[in-house]
Amino acid sequence: MHQTLSPFRRAYDLGARALLYLSAALTCGLLLCLIGYICFRGIPGISWSFLTTAASVLRGTVGIFPAIVNTLYVIVVSLVVALPLGVGAAIYLTEYASNRRLVEIIEFATETLAGIPSIIYALVGNVIFCVSLRLEKTLIAGSLTLVIMVLPTIIRTTQESLKTVPQSYREGSLGLGSGKWHMIRTVVLPSSVDGIVTGCILAVGRIVGESAILMYTVSMSTGMQDFSTIENFMKSSGATLTVALYVYAKENAEFAVAFSIATILLALTVLINLAASLAGKKLKR
Amino acid sequence: MEEPTILKAEGLDLFYGEHQALKSISMDIPEHRITALIGPSGCGKSTFLKTINRMNDLVPGVTIKGKITYHGQDIYGPGLDVTWLRKRIGMVFQKPNPFPMSIYDNVAYGPRTHGVRSRKKLDELVEQSLRSAAIWDEVKDRLKKSALSLSGGQQQRLCIARALAVEPDVLLMDEATSALDPISTSKIEDLSTELKKNYTIVMVTHNMQQAARVADKTAFFLLGELVEFDDTVQMFSKPRDKRTEDYITGRFG
Ligand SMILES: Nc1ncnc2c1ncn2[C@@H]1O[C@H](COP(=O)(O)OP(=O)(O)OP(=O)(O)O)[C@@H](O)[C@H]1O
Ligand SMILES: [Mg+2]
Repeated sequence: MHQTLSPFRRAYDLGARALLYLSAALTCGLLLCLIGYICFRGIPGISWSFLTTAASVLRGTVGIFPAIVNTLYVIVVSLVVALPLGVGAAIYLTEYASNRRLVEIIEFATETLAGIPSIIYALVGNVIFCVSLRLEKTLIAGSLTLVIMVLPTIIRTTQESLKTVPQSYREGSLGLGSGKWHMIRTVVLPSSVDGIVTGCILAVGRIVGESAILMYTVSMSTGMQDFSTIENFMKSSGATLTVALYVYAKENAEFAVAFSIATILLALTVLINLAASLAGKKLKR
Repeated sequence: MEEPTILKAEGLDLFYGEHQALKSISMDIPEHRITALIGPSGCGKSTFLKTINRMNDLVPGVTIKGKITYHGQDIYGPGLDVTWLRKRIGMVFQKPNPFPMSIYDNVAYGPRTHGVRSRKKLDELVEQSLRSAAIWDEVKDRLKKSALSLSGGQQQRLCIARALAVEPDVLLMDEATSALDPISTSKIEDLSTELKKNYTIVMVTHNMQQAARVADKTAFFLLGELVEFDDTVQMFSKPRDKRTEDYITGRFG
């Protein structure tokens, strides 16, 4: 093939190819540099005590245990609320709602909501949960705001996977005399768990990476919170990993700590993405 | 010897939106017999079949006039429980549609739906249904395996077993053999003949030989109308209507 091309075409071809390689190399290179630099600065600071203790001025130690706990807090609380709501809404929209136009409008709305900047959720969450509902700046207010943020994601992914369940399964089940809910519970949901799980993992990813919402609706304390009673649980308020990163970098100017947190966040993101694609593949079978 | 009527359609009209798919169908389906529905594509055979166990309810925009009775009870009447009706009148679809679960769970699905919990009773029902559907010997060693690992013909017989496990009264089969090879087809045909001792079977088929082989009565549909309904022997030897004759002899369709 190559021999038949005119020299001009060949040069053109070579040039185009070089350009493409260059942009690919540049992108990957930038990314690798970024990751490398973060790890290079972050890894030395990571130790067992860094992960399992709180920062203490008295002892002169830094630890991000509180931020890890707070992050787990918002993940768990947000999912516990968002999962039933989101899956329920998706089931209603795909299996029950009969008004096609209305469903289309809602689907368009969820799609749009999934893409808006999170600072808008932060603002609304602050006004609704912190101020109007008097939750103040607490982890609970933050979690509820995160619920609003991840709901569209969960609804969309659940709906997509419900739609891939063959109609013939539904007919088969109803044809045996099942009621509609029984059919959904025993045939439709089990065949769409993979989509729901993937949606959840994506939601966790968004929660872990979120900062604007948590800055607006939760305090930025890096100290250990007290979760011992229900009341304390509701009132606890502190920085999650992303916010702690901001606090250490911006307010305390402790860049080493900030980079260590960044490394941990990077690792978490990789893990979450791996889990999502694994879950998708494994459950498909 | 005439068997009592189990299903009776009287002046049944069905519309998909504006389009009339069934035109004033009246038909008495006898108990413990195989009734075949034949006719060219789009003439309303599946529609009529789905009307019998109300699977048409799932299609938006369907309106039905006239009446179908099952043991004298109006199936579109008020107070009729659709799930009860579908338990009594089972359906086997054109494409085998086993659920993505084990063979055992597929067959046990119906009984479990209707509240059978006892392990022993379920085991019994599963074995008995798989035997009736002539597939027991092929699957008895792998009941816990996924039903999707079976061949198409086996899957279809599994679907028949699944329908039988709820102990219905009538079995509706919509071109149940059209996607199958000749051996699986003849197995299912033999099976139907076996099953009619205990069940009433209504089957849609595109295969005239099949209707002639297994059906006691045959109904010929054309453009939503029931042109002729008679004993199979009668219809295939001396059709009363010119259109039936043309169709049977392959002049159109
Ligand atoms: N869900 C539906 N919505 C609208 N029209 C429909 C629907 N299902 C069937 N029809 C129409 O009703 C008529 C009868 O269809 P039906 O499926 O009963 O035909 P059939 O005799 O089973 O054909 P085939 O042999 O191809 O399966 C056709 O004109 C078809 O286009
Ligand atoms: Mg059909």
